[in-house]
Amino acid sequence: MDWSFILAHIPDYLGGAWVTLGFGLCGVLCSLALGLLCCLARYFRVPVLRQAAACYIELARNTPLLVQLFFLYAGLPRVGVLFSAEACAVIGLTFLGGAYMAEAFRSGLEAVEPSQAEAGACIGLTPAQNIRYVIFPQALATAVPAIFANVIFLIKETSVFSVLALMDLMNVADTLRTSGGRTVEVLFMLVAAYLLILLPISVLATVVERRLRYAGFGDQHSV
Amino acid sequence: MQGLGINILFKGINFQRLLGGLWVTLRLALITIGLSCVFGFLFSLLTLSKNRWAKAVSRLWLEIVRFMPQLVLLYIVYFGFARLFGWDVDGETSAVIVFTFWGTAEMGDLIRGSLTSIPRHQTESAAALGLTQGQIYLHVLIPQTLRRLTPQAINLCTRIIKTTALVKMINVTEVLKVGQQIIGQFYRQPDAAFWVYFVIFLLYFLVCWPISALSRMLEKRWA
Repeated sequence: MDWSFILAHIPDYLGGAWVTLGFGLCGVLCSLALGLLCCLARYFRVPVLRQAAACYIELARNTPLLVQLFFLYAGLPRVGVLFSAEACAVIGLTFLGGAYMAEAFRSGLEAVEPSQAEAGACIGLTPAQNIRYVIFPQALATAVPAIFANVIFLIKETSVFSVLALMDLMNVADTLRTSGGRTVEVLFMLVAAYLLILLPISVLATVVERRLRYAGFGDQHSV
Repeated sequence: MQGLGINILFKGINFQRLLGGLWVTLRLALITIGLSCVFGFLFSLLTLSKNRWAKAVSRLWLEIVRFMPQLVLLYIVYFGFARLFGWDVDGETSAVIVFTFWGTAEMGDLIRGSLTSIPRHQTESAAALGLTQGQIYLHVLIPQTLRRLTPQAINLCTRIIKTTALVKMINVTEVLKVGQQIIGQFYRQPDAAFWVYFVIFLLYFLVCWPISALSRMLEKRWA
């Protein structure tokens, strides 16, 4: 192991880590928004939107991100729809992640007892208030483990962004590997970088899940 | 008037070539799924073992595949093994090694989860009825475990199929690569790329969607 090589290239990996993390988090936030919209469209049975959301979720969940990116980045420009590489990265990750987040929210909503919504309606809450104050907080608590699993999944998925010629961690490593030939050091740093990004997120997930379990919403009997 | 780019897919054997490319990844996925089922079973024994070391190994294994993007693992085997151990592994072999390493841990964890989710009183009641250990497994534990496991395992299969698309990144000629070759041949047709990538997207969807639907159907029926 050549430590001087490793020390010399830490800045390259830092740059790559920012790209990975930046696009990853951007994609995650947009996915949460899109997932929530899809989930609400299905929950409130909004005509047309509900079917559109269902179709979208099936399409996004049953195709690889790599294929989605090729279509976005190399296919669509040929019929006049042109996005920059950065936009493709966020759109692609959001397209994939929105569907996974929608499913996470849906499983959370399904876990809320119907009696909760009925009780909310009985005390005179409007449907919007009912969702906002009664149903959604409980659903979110149940959905949190799935949401965090999706966050980690989506950040891992950013590793294919090198096909968009973005300098993410994977592309930084690949460039160093082909130019320097120090494959072992390059891969060692790549593994370390992904661990440094994903471990804190995983720890955060554990902490949040534990606190939510203490909260013990509604008529959950588990502690 | 050049006509629509979709026509190039039906010129000569282009469509068969695409299907051939898809088969490259599907074949890898099928091999991976077969091996993952066998090794996953052994992995679940490892996680359930009372031996501290066996538990630690399985735990570490699971954490590695949870934290490392599959593409990083592919790079380690495809580029790293030659440097580290002097093994020159070709692309398809690396893919089978990596995806089996990953699939084994995921499948093993699913098997562990469905085995441990069966309440203890099931075994105890069976024993109280005078069933032997073998009969308890055959008539009580295995049928219930399979019901919980099958939908999740089928779902894992679609994830494996989608993930094998990554072999594109280690120079295996699969469906995206074949698509690029076809686009290269028909560079005069401006919208060729759009149609080729669109069809690849649809092909993946047509493969994965029925499997996901089956998984969901079984989950509903057996829940």
